[in-house]
Amino acid sequence: MSSAQTPLHKVRGMGSAHSGTGHFWHERVTAVALIPLSLWFLYAMLGLAGTSEVTALQFLAHPWNALLMGAFVCFSLWHAYLGLQVPVDDYVTTAGAKIFLMLVIRFSVIATGATCLFAIVRIAAL
Amino acid sequence: MADNPQRPAAANRPLSPHMTIYRWPVTMMTSITHRITGGGMAVGMIVLAWWLVCISNGPEGWQSFHAIWDTPLGLLMLFGLTWCLVYHFLNGVRHLAWDLGYGFDKREAERNSVIIYALSILGALAVFGAVWTGHAGYLQ
Repeated sequence: MSSAQTPLHKVRGMGSAHSGTGHFWHERVTAVALIPLSLWFLYAMLGLAGTSEVTALQFLAHPWNALLMGAFVCFSLWHAYLGLQVPVDDYVTTAGAKIFLMLVIRFSVIATGATCLFAIVRIAAL
Repeated sequence: MADNPQRPAAANRPLSPHMTIYRWPVTMMTSITHRITGGGMAVGMIVLAWWLVCISNGPEGWQSFHAIWDTPLGLLMLFGLTWCLVYHFLNGVRHLAWDLGYGFDKREAERNSVIIYALSILGALAVFGAVWTGHAGYLQ
């Protein structure tokens, strides 16, 4: 049966998920960004293991390291935000529980990110 | 009221998917593990926030973090988080390869599932091995 809808109109309608490919795409973009950032994070954590707080403070106070840690935190939490939504979408069927869990995920991610970024700025300003 | 002849048959026939009688394909295991390790690292981000706040509090903060995490249970949890990172990293790269259309063949996907499990455990052991053999702490 033919439809009067144009392909663009069908895409804009976005079906029962109420969104297009944005979630999928952002998940991939953050994943790609996290490849080098995770390797840097591992390098930093290994390099700081067994050292003192003076070493950690000096390392994180360096502008490049502060920026990289900030980027790692932001991309990780953005990626986590998108990823944590998927099991909720898959397994939670009631609208109320779904909205509640989505809000918990959103607020937790924002709180964790704000805490990390504040600590990074505080270390750089020490 | 006439009996519905289909009802008993419908109740007795095997329903699919029957999770409990399925032989779990290894790719299903890797998919579930990817979600679990992702969730684990989301919790790990709270530990990272904790660590950063403790460092920003100076020597007392550093000691308070170590008092909790430099313990057998703390190190076990950190080892778990390390494995989560290594596994999610390796399997994530494989997901990106799949998105580009590589390695989606059934046999190939099953084989590199096993490889990813092995490499992730070896990688996590290598990270902790580097610390215990004195190869870490090079930023001192």
